[in-house]
Amino acid sequence: MAVTRPSIALVDCNNFYVSCERVFNPKLNNKPVLVLSNNDGCVIARSQEVKDLGIKMGVPWFKIQTLVKHHNIVVFSSNYTLYADMSNRVMQIISHFSPNQEIYSIDECFLDLTGFQHLNLIDHGQRIRATIKQFVGLPVCVGIGASKTQAKLANHLAKKRPAFEGVCDFNTLEPEGLDRLFSEIEVGEVWGVGSRTKKRLAELSIHTVLDLKKSSPKVLRKQFSVVMERTVRELNGESCIPLEEVAPPKEQLICSRSFGAPVFSLIDLTQAVITYTTRAAEKLRQQKSVAALVYVFIETNRFKVNEPQYNNGLLVPLPEPGNDTRLLVGAALTGLKRIYKPGFAYKKAGIMLNDLSCADAKQKGLFEDAELQAHSKSLMQAIDKINGIMGSGTIKFTGEGLKKRWQAKAERKTPAYTTRIDEIPIAYAIG
Amino acid sequence: MPDILETLLPVFGSAVSAGFPSPADDYIESRIDMNEYLIQHKEATFFLRVQGDSMNQLGILDGDLLVVDRSIPVEVGNIVIAAIDGEFTVKQFALSEGNPILKAANPAYKDISIDPDGDLEIWGVVRWAIHKLWP
Repeated sequence: MAVTRPSIALVDCNNFYVSCERVFNPKLNNKPVLVLSNNDGCVIARSQEVKDLGIKMGVPWFKIQTLVKHHNIVVFSSNYTLYADMSNRVMQIISHFSPNQEIYSIDECFLDLTGFQHLNLIDHGQRIRATIKQFVGLPVCVGIGASKTQAKLANHLAKKRPAFEGVCDFNTLEPEGLDRLFSEIEVGEVWGVGSRTKKRLAELSIHTVLDLKKSSPKVLRKQFSVVMERTVRELNGESCIPLEEVAPPKEQLICSRSFGAPVFSLIDLTQAVITYTTRAAEKLRQQKSVAALVYVFIETNRFKVNEPQYNNGLLVPLPEPGNDTRLLVGAALTGLKRIYKPGFAYKKAGIMLNDLSCADAKQKGLFEDAELQAHSKSLMQAIDKINGIMGSGTIKFTGEGLKKRWQAKAERKTPAYTTRIDEIPIAYAIG
Repeated sequence: MPDILETLLPVFGSAVSAGFPSPADDYIESRIDMNEYLIQHKEATFFLRVQGDSMNQLGILDGDLLVVDRSIPVEVGNIVIAAIDGEFTVKQFALSEGNPILKAANPAYKDISIDPDGDLEIWGVVRWAIHKLWP
């Protein structure tokens, strides 16, 4: 019996952040729209119209202000609350199309469709597209191949070439047809080939995807790494990177932001550090881990070369590994007090939780008080639950401060349309 | 005389309740969950707030909370959210001489015909209008 080739799909939302904004502001359809990164720093999402104007990903916002005015580009601060909810909806919908799903990022996931080959997979892909479009209003493209690397590339074509109508399945193509297609794509589009790798490949006369596919995996392994060898095998239709259906728990958690305006005082820095630690502690409990070390750091703006500079960080060990916000905040603030120096204009602060391990497998400490531990656990569970239902920050530590002068700029942020009852969209009944 | 086998029996230290078990034990059901009742397709359901009086006669009032499901196909007679000139509007989807139109439920407002090439999109079907009676 012939072994069937795997069919791996990559479902990827088109211009995800911009598309989310358009669902709730239909006025923005067919208009140039872009979304800025945290703190309104640089461009992180562009509508097709903005791409066509030649505005690149990652350009600082201040550099394109004249273009924005000239072309009436609509500019938003990022609304991660909205994007995360829309992402959860999309991933849920997609999960109905295959039991094997790997959520790869906020706007893309892999699906194993190997068991569905009795269906026409292009039709199946079109059904996925139509369902997501109808249910949540977001456009997606589907790429299918015999490996994850092929699926990524197929998705790229599904997006770029209108002839595919949003779904491209390499498994339906004859080998010659696939090679011809590969010869038309430059090698930089391959998953995992960055600009530096691309330069090095060019020195070996590898310019197109086909060049890379025809290369010897063994030779490339010597020149590059085992990762490159896998990429070549995957391009040849050999699936080497399995689907990771359950994301492995993170080994460290970072929470840091740039401030909206420079911060001078220890009080403001303390508020920021408590806020970030609280957020990281929530994430820590979500993945059911405990941390053993807390790293806290503060930085001045290194781009302002004429201003006095000071960057410092400190690793603070906890008496016992834990995930109680109070414990982590205590450690972070101990560190902050040690490294803080007055007289500097701080631009950024952050914390990192290190040496994470599974909360259940945690060894009982010598001086641990079981009753205190149980109390801590139920308190944290209660806080997480209330914040989960009533919105994050409903219950918080007063040290976070109520007015956050240092908070990142988000001057053009749209409402939390789907997660806060007082911010839901208006349905007009006036015409 | 038969041998008597010595068997070690565990001694339970806790009290045993000698009363009747609760007669309701067999009848316990989970409490009514409004989420389940109001929302059939949770991925496709959104909430919107009514502003205005043009749907009064169908009992959809200013300030009501609308439960909107995008997953169900629109049928004649449904209350819908339409995006007209980029703004969300609540209307009734109807036919007039075979042509689809959007109707208000208030004689003060005119019908809107749906031009297939126009800038009008049916955004979702309203399943519920929730009206608050007590502050």
